[in-house]
Amino acid sequence: MSVDQKTVRRIAHLARIKVSEADVPRLEGELNSILHWIEQLNEVNVEGVEPLTSVVAMKMKKRADVVTDGNYPQDVTRNAPAAEDEFFMVPKVVE
Amino acid sequence: MNSELRIADKKDWLKGATGDWEVIIGMEVHAQVSSKAKLFSGASAEYGGEPNDHVSLVDAAMPGMLPVINEFCVEQAVKTGLGLKAQINPHSVFDRKNYFYPDLPQGYQISQYKQPVVGEGVVRVDVEDGHSIDVGIERLHLEQDAGKSLHDQHPNMSFVDLNRSGVALMEIVSRPDMRSADEAKAYVTKLRQIMRYLGTCDGNMEQGSLRADINVSVRRPGEPFGTRCEIKNVNSIRFMGQAIAYEARRQIGVLEDGGKIDQETRLFDAKKGETRSMRSKEEAHDYRYFPDPDLLPLELEADWIAHIKAALPELPDEKRDRFIKDYGLSAYDADVLIAERASAAYFETVAKGRDGKTAANWVINELFGRLNKEGKDIENTPVSADQLGAVIDLIQAGTISGKIAKDVFEIVWTEGGNPAEIVEKRGLRQVTDTGAIEKAVDDIIAGNPDKVEQVKAKPTMLGWFVGQVMKTTGGKANPQAVNQILRQKLGL
Repeated sequence: MSVDQKTVRRIAHLARIKVSEADVPRLEGELNSILHWIEQLNEVNVEGVEPLTSVVAMKMKKRADVVTDGNYPQDVTRNAPAAEDEFFMVPKVVE
Repeated sequence: MNSELRIADKKDWLKGATGDWEVIIGMEVHAQVSSKAKLFSGASAEYGGEPNDHVSLVDAAMPGMLPVINEFCVEQAVKTGLGLKAQINPHSVFDRKNYFYPDLPQGYQISQYKQPVVGEGVVRVDVEDGHSIDVGIERLHLEQDAGKSLHDQHPNMSFVDLNRSGVALMEIVSRPDMRSADEAKAYVTKLRQIMRYLGTCDGNMEQGSLRADINVSVRRPGEPFGTRCEIKNVNSIRFMGQAIAYEARRQIGVLEDGGKIDQETRLFDAKKGETRSMRSKEEAHDYRYFPDPDLLPLELEADWIAHIKAALPELPDEKRDRFIKDYGLSAYDADVLIAERASAAYFETVAKGRDGKTAANWVINELFGRLNKEGKDIENTPVSADQLGAVIDLIQAGTISGKIAKDVFEIVWTEGGNPAEIVEKRGLRQVTDTGAIEKAVDDIIAGNPDKVEQVKAKPTMLGWFVGQVMKTTGGKANPQAVNQILRQKLGL
C-alpha cells in the first residue's frame, strides 16, 4: 500500500492540518516509508493469535450511574477563544 | 426472509407515469438512553439545563481526560437488545468516528463500528391497515451524542452548548424491510413502545430523545434495490411519513425522466415538506474509524446478561396476546390498552375480579375519551383504577344503571370521592321497586291518551314513554324494569 500526493492532501484536509504544496512531496515520502515498514509486519504469521487489546490482563473499568461532575460552566468555557453567557462562540455554521 | 425479496402489498405501490414503483425503507434510529449520568462521564444527562452546566472536563474534551463507561448505560442497551429479540455480543469494541464539527469537541465520536454490543434481532410491526410485518434489526450500538449549536443568537457567530455532548445514545439499525411510509411510521412507533416498556428510552420526540435517519430508495416491484438516499435526523413520526412520501416521489420523477439517483445525504425541511441535498457533509463521510485506545473492549458476563433477561418486564406483543386470550378482548381493544405500560396496568387493576370486556369498554370509551378531551395522560388521571372499578361494581350489582354510572364517573372525575358513597348521598340508587315504577308508568299513560293511541300503531314510540318515566324518576328507574312494565301496560 502506498499514498500519492492527492491522498496526502486529502488526509491533511480531513485532519484539518494546513500543508503547503512544497511540503507535499516530502510527506508523501515519509508516509510511504511508514506504510512500507508496516507492510513488513504483515509478513509475520499471526494465524490463530487473538488481537492484543491491552498489555496487562485487566477488565475495563466501569462507573456507576451517578451524577458526580459538572456545574462549572465558567471553567468549561474559560479557555475558549470566544465565549458569551457560558456558551462557546464559533464562526457561524449553518446547514 | 431475505430483505430484498419481500414485495410490497399492491396497494402500497406508487403509480408513476411509466408504471408502478415500490419504495424500500431502512432506518437508523437514535434513541437516547434513559440514565442519570452520561456514557463516559459523571455529568448529568438530564435534558435542558443552563448552558454548559451538565458538562464535565471529559465532555469538553480537555487534554488528558479519559472516558470511563457508565455500566447502567450498557445494561440499558443490553435490555433493549433483549427486547428486540436480538443477539447480545459478549465482546464488543468502542471505536472513534473522526470528523470535525463545532459541537464535537473531541474531533471524534466514540461509537461502535465493527463489533457492536447487540447483533441481529427482529421486531413484529402491526400496521394500521391490519397487516403485520417483521422488521429485521441488523445491530444496536452505543455511542455519544454531540452538543447543540444555536445559530440565531448572533449575526455571524454560532453558540455551542455541550450539555448533550456525551449523553448515551443507542443507534438501532434496521434492515431495508419496510415498503411504505405507514410501515416505517409503525416501526418507529413500535420501537418507541418497546423502549418505553423497558424504561430504556423515554421516547420524548419533542426533546429529541428519538430521531431517525431514513434510507429511501425505489424500484420496480420485485426488481433489485435501487440507489438510496439518506434523510438525516427526522424527529417526529409524522415528518418521517412526509419525508418518505416526498423522497419516493422525487426519486421516481428523476428515474422516469431518464436520470439516475446519486447516493447522497438529504435534509427534510418540515416547513416546505420536502427534502434537499446536504452536499457539505459528503466529504466528511470518510470517518477513519479505529478502535479507541482509551477504552478496553466491553466484555459482558453470561450471568449478568441472564440476570437482565430474567428481570425483563412483559413486552407489548406478549401483553397484547395475553389480553386477547385472558380477557376476551378484540385485537383492536388490546392494542389501545397496551399502547402504554401505565394504561395496561390501569386496565388490569380495573379488570381484576371483574368482566374484562366491560372493564375495557369503560377504560377505553369513558376514561381514555375523557383524558384525550382534556389533554391529560394516564399518569394524571383524576379517576383511579379502584374508583372506576367501584363504579363498574355498582352497575353489576344493579345499584345504578349504566346511564347513572356515567354521571357518577363524571362526579368522581370532577370532585373525587368513593362512588358507592356518592350514590348513597345523592340518592342515585336505581329504582328497582316495581311499585314505584308502575305508579310512574300509570301516571304517564293516564296523562297522555293521544300518545297511547299512537304507540299502538307505531311501537317504536315506546322510547318516548321510557324517556318520560326516566324523567319523572330522575333517571334512576331500572331501564329493563321500565321497559317490561310499559310493554305490559300498553299491551305491546
